[in-house]
Amino acid sequence: MTLHAPAINYVALLPFLLLVGAATTLLFMTALTRNRLSTVVSTSIAVAAALGGFITTFVQWFEVNHHGATTTAAHAIVMDGFSVVMAASITSSLTFALLIAHDWQGRERFNGAEYQMLALLATSGALLMTQANDLVLLFLGLEILSIALYCIIAFNRRRLKSSESSMKYFLLGGFAAAIFIYGVALAYGASGTTNVTALSYFLGTNHLLHPGLLLAGGGLMMIAFAFKVQAVPFHFWSPDVYEGAPTPVTGFHASIVWGGAFAAMIRVMISGLGTQVSTWRPIFFVLIVLSTLVGAAFAILQGNAKRLLAYSSVSHSGFILLGVWTGTAAGVAASSFYVLTYAPVVLGTFAIVALVGGVGDANHELEKYRGLARRNPWIGASLAVLLLSQLGVPFTVGFDGKFAVLAATIDAGNTVGAVVAMVAACIAAFAYLRWTTSLFVAENLDLEPLVVPFASRVVITLSVAYALILGIDPSWLTSITSHATLLFQP
Amino acid sequence: MNVPAAWYLVLAALLFGIGAFGFLTRRSAIIMFMCIELMLNAVNLTFVTFARSLSDIGGQISVFFVMVVAAAEVTVGLGIVVAIFRRRASTSVDELTEMKG
Repeated sequence: MTLHAPAINYVALLPFLLLVGAATTLLFMTALTRNRLSTVVSTSIAVAAALGGFITTFVQWFEVNHHGATTTAAHAIVMDGFSVVMAASITSSLTFALLIAHDWQGRERFNGAEYQMLALLATSGALLMTQANDLVLLFLGLEILSIALYCIIAFNRRRLKSSESSMKYFLLGGFAAAIFIYGVALAYGASGTTNVTALSYFLGTNHLLHPGLLLAGGGLMMIAFAFKVQAVPFHFWSPDVYEGAPTPVTGFHASIVWGGAFAAMIRVMISGLGTQVSTWRPIFFVLIVLSTLVGAAFAILQGNAKRLLAYSSVSHSGFILLGVWTGTAAGVAASSFYVLTYAPVVLGTFAIVALVGGVGDANHELEKYRGLARRNPWIGASLAVLLLSQLGVPFTVGFDGKFAVLAATIDAGNTVGAVVAMVAACIAAFAYLRWTTSLFVAENLDLEPLVVPFASRVVITLSVAYALILGIDPSWLTSITSHATLLFQP
Repeated sequence: MNVPAAWYLVLAALLFGIGAFGFLTRRSAIIMFMCIELMLNAVNLTFVTFARSLSDIGGQISVFFVMVVAAAEVTVGLGIVVAIFRRRASTSVDELTEMKG
C-alpha cells in the first residue's frame, strides 16, 4: 500500500507559514541566546512577519483574480476572495497590535519575545479559521487561536485581574470548543463528511428524512460561534475579559479574534449550511436584536472605558450578523467590509486607552478621560474621531460600514432587523457622545500630559487617517470587498 | 452479541450531558476543567461510532486531533490555575470576583 500525500499550493498557506515561521525563529532565538532578547528585536521580527503576511495577501489576491478560487491540501484549505480579504485585515491588525504591545512592554518592563511569539501563533490560528474548508481544521484553527490567547490574556502575572479573566475565558472557551466539536461530530454523522463544500453539496442533493442530527449539529456549532463573536446571550464573558486582559491584548481580541471568528462563522453558515438558510435565519434574527440592543444599553451604564468598548463590540457584532443573516454574496461582502472598517479603528482606540491606562493598566475609569483633549490636543482629537467612527457619524468609515450592512439586509428583506439595529445605534450614540464630550471639558488641567511613544503614535495616526480618508471616499475598499466572495455558495 | 451503533451514540450524548451539567453546576476550576475533558471524550466516542457506521476513516482521524487539542488545553489550563493558586490558594471560581460583569 502506498500513501499519497495531497498536493499543497503553498501560496495559499504563505501568510500562515510566515507567522508560524517567525514565531519558531523567535522561540529558537530565545532559547539560544544568553540574555533575554530586547523587545525592539523581537517586535521588529514579528512586525516584519506580519507585514510580510499582509504583502503576500496581495499575491493571493492576484492569484484569485486571475486563476479563480482554489482549494488545496485535500480540499481542507481554501483560497478565495473572502479568505484573502479577511487575511489582509487580520495581518494588518496584527501589525498594529504588535506596535501597541511594544510600548506596553516598555512600560511594564516585559523584556523578551514571549508576547510576540504567542501573538503570532494566535494570529496564525485566526488565519487558519479564515481559510479552513474542513470543520476539523476549523476546530484546530480555533484552538490554536484560543490556547495562545489564554496565555497572553494572563500575561501580566503581577495583576490578579489578568489571570482571573484568563481563567474565566479559558473555562468558557473550552466549554464552547467542546460544544463546537460535538456539533461537528453530529453534522459528520448526518452527512458523512466534515468538509464544508462537500457538506453543502450533500445537503443540496439529498433530502434528509431525519434531519434531527443535522439540526442538533448545526445548532451546537452556532452556539459556539455566537460565543466566539460575543453575540447576546453568549456575551457575558466579554466585559470581564476586555477589562482584565492587558489593554494591547484587548485590542488584539477586538480585531483579530473577532475577525477570525466571523470569517469562520460566515464560511460555515453560508458556504456549508447555506441550503438551510430558512432554518437558521430566525435564530440569527434573535441574536441580532438582542446583541445590538443589549450591547448598546449596557454600554451606557459602564464607567470603565474597556468595559464600555466590550459592550460596544457586542453591539457591533449584532451589526455584522445583519450581513450574515442575508446568506447572500452581497451580505458576505457587506460583513467583510464592516470587519475591515472596524478593526483598525478599534485598534487605534485601544492604543489610546493603553496610554491613558498607564503602568499596570490602572486608569481605565471614564473620569480619567475628562479634559484629555486639553492636555493632549492631538490624542484627544484622535480619540474623538475614532469614537465617532464607531458611533457611525457620516464622513467616518464607521458610517460606511453600518450603511453597507443595513443596505444588504434591507435588500434581503430584513427591514425589522435593520430598524432595531438603527435604534440600537442611536442608544449607543449616547455612550460614545458622553465619552467624546468629556474629552473637551476644562478639568484635570493640572495633570501631566501623556507621553506618546513612537509606535503608538504610528498606530494612532494611521487609524485616524484610515477612518477619515475612507470615510470620505470608501469606493476603493467597497470595490475590493465586493470581490470578497466565498468559494462556494448555494 | 452485536451492540447497535445507536447505543454508543446515546452513551456519548449522556456523557456529554453529564459533562455539560457538571461544568454548569460545579464551582472548582479543576472539576469544571475535568467536565470539559469528559465532553471532549464524548465527542471522540461519537466520531468513532459514526466512522464505523459510515465506513469512513475521516471520523477516526478527527479523534486524534481532538485528543491533541485536549492535551494542549490541559497544559495551558493548569498553568493558569497554578498562577492563580499562587496568589489566592484556592481554585474555586466563586472567589474570582475581582471583576463583576
